[in-house]
Amino acid sequence: MSAPLILSKSAPLIAAMSARLIPSPRVLKALRRSLLQAIPTVLIIVILNFFLLRLAPGNAADVLAGEAGAATAETMAALRARFGLDLPLMEQLFAYLGNLAQFSLGQSPRYNMPVAELIGQRLPNTLILMLLALGGALAVGIAAGAVMAAFAGRWTDRALSVLALLFYSIPGFWIGLMLIVLFSVKLGWLPSGGAETIGAVHSGWDAALDRARHLVLPTVSLALFYVAIYARLTRGAMLEVKAQDYIRTARAKGLSPAAVTIRHTLRNALLPVTTMAGVHLGGLMGGAVVVETVYSWPGLGRLAYEAVMGRDFNVLLGILLLSSLIVVAVNALIDLLQATLDPRIEVR
Amino acid sequence: MALLNVEDLTIAFPRATPVRGLSFSVNPRETVALVGESGSGKSLTALALLGLLPSGARIASGRVAFAGRDLTALKDRDLRAVRGRDIAMIFQEPMTSLNPVLTLGDQITEVVRLHQGLSRAAAKRRAVELLDLVRIPEPQRRVDEHPHQLSGGMRQRVMIAIAVACSPKLLIADEPTTALDVTIQAQVLDLLDGLRRDLDMALLLITHDLGVVAEWADRVVVMYAGRKVEEAPFAPLFAAPLHPYTRGLLNASPRLEEGHHHSLGPLLEIPGSIASAAAETGCAFAPRCPLVRAACRTRVPEPMAAADDHSVACPVTFTRESEHGLAVG
Repeated sequence: MSAPLILSKSAPLIAAMSARLIPSPRVLKALRRSLLQAIPTVLIIVILNFFLLRLAPGNAADVLAGEAGAATAETMAALRARFGLDLPLMEQLFAYLGNLAQFSLGQSPRYNMPVAELIGQRLPNTLILMLLALGGALAVGIAAGAVMAAFAGRWTDRALSVLALLFYSIPGFWIGLMLIVLFSVKLGWLPSGGAETIGAVHSGWDAALDRARHLVLPTVSLALFYVAIYARLTRGAMLEVKAQDYIRTARAKGLSPAAVTIRHTLRNALLPVTTMAGVHLGGLMGGAVVVETVYSWPGLGRLAYEAVMGRDFNVLLGILLLSSLIVVAVNALIDLLQATLDPRIEVR
Repeated sequence: MALLNVEDLTIAFPRATPVRGLSFSVNPRETVALVGESGSGKSLTALALLGLLPSGARIASGRVAFAGRDLTALKDRDLRAVRGRDIAMIFQEPMTSLNPVLTLGDQITEVVRLHQGLSRAAAKRRAVELLDLVRIPEPQRRVDEHPHQLSGGMRQRVMIAIAVACSPKLLIADEPTTALDVTIQAQVLDLLDGLRRDLDMALLLITHDLGVVAEWADRVVVMYAGRKVEEAPFAPLFAAPLHPYTRGLLNASPRLEEGHHHSLGPLLEIPGSIASAAAETGCAFAPRCPLVRAACRTRVPEPMAAADDHSVACPVTFTRESEHGLAVG
């Protein structure tokens, strides 16, 4: 009850602060609101996923029995009872939600270890892959788009356009395989898979370098598609912004073409690009499944794939829950970023 | 000596020539109005002076001498040093002429830091002074606001603040009040005129509004279809316009002093539109001219001096006035 009172009393102070600091109280308020909105969203996602996964034929016990070659009816019953698969569907759901309420993602029947631990092992690998790919795609794509816009209609623009179209249309797994053929098989420059050299005992700088070498090809395979999107998006946005009156004003001030482009054109052109980048971070996880499989990269994507094949629903639900949390968090961040880039957007 | 001397300026697009052989000059501290209807080439002329023509357009011939230097011959870098410092410009659309994502302070400090090398803090103080100079209330607070928080009139004031930030010798105002409310128009023009006096600027006022011309301009250049048709000090032009187009313009605007009001009788209009000038070989105004003669359709009339400071590009009215002893000089 007293919070609004305090806020209104300190309003002039807050206004003075927000002029200096970008993460102002309105930003914190927006963050809190996004967090509260995320709870029902995530709950609905969990419940939907739970039922959707049950539509797939078979369960973890069937797969385990199948892999063993043979199993008696008693063994099957025992397995089901152990994994809780013999309970009615609604009871299984409530048991799962009950676990969640205690911040537990449950136990994986297949790996026989807590799901949280399993995910915790794989998450850093996938996060680093996704963030590197997205960051790299943004950097290269925006730079390429800016160059294309600067030389619109000339040969630089056309060559880059063809390249972008190529990256856009070639499937990621094929690019991945071709990169392996070129850089690992033919040239022998980079490793063809895995996250680190097996058996090698590196430490410090060497270990980091070894990891980095393993990251290059997966990151490039994952990023190329998005490079193409951001390049084309940036090009279009920059050309549109360039025709605006305020760009003419900037030129009339006597600013150099570089200053006009960076200070005035690019900043306005980045708005649509950041929106798309936020949307893409969710899709990037899907793309990561393919790339992680091609490069045997020990990440979440491959874990998800293995979980599907093994009908390991607890692991799968855990991954889906985590990815929905990531998407929600990223959307909130993008909203904030947009509000910082464009003062006309109100942080509600 | 004239501050700005435009000689025989021709601006060409690949398939059109919107400005042809235009010559006029602006003296120091003088307000010159460039008058014409939409499509007469007046805005293009303004952009050409600063080398800001849209892509596709180019200066096909002519000279733009500013303080003795030909701007059309300058290198990009040298021309950029003139823009914003010696010649500044404000535009018609205050709503879109300011960058929406930068604060007013950012947009003002940019120009003073560039041309006067002020430090960040000094530039910020100067920005507040400039906002105060263009009579924006609470400049200390406004300096950190963004354009969308301001009305159109306020934004045009900010544009003016940016333009006069480096005390230019010439300010080009391209239809500065067209997009504004009538009540705001006079305030903005008052402000421009006051700043012109205080800062010793010359003002090139581009407008289609003869009301604006009457109150603020020392001298008037009337353009039609890319050519100058008449040039005179404001008083003789209004008292005794020579060119049929100028007469048409004056007849087409309501004038209170003659008791002429739209409720008493219809306003006269000039028949036809400027588009009819496109295919003409002779005088561009011939298709709309009440005094047209056969010769008008074959030869483009040259400007002729009706008085020392009064020139007109119409042989018909020129001779008529001369026969009557050029009553008003």
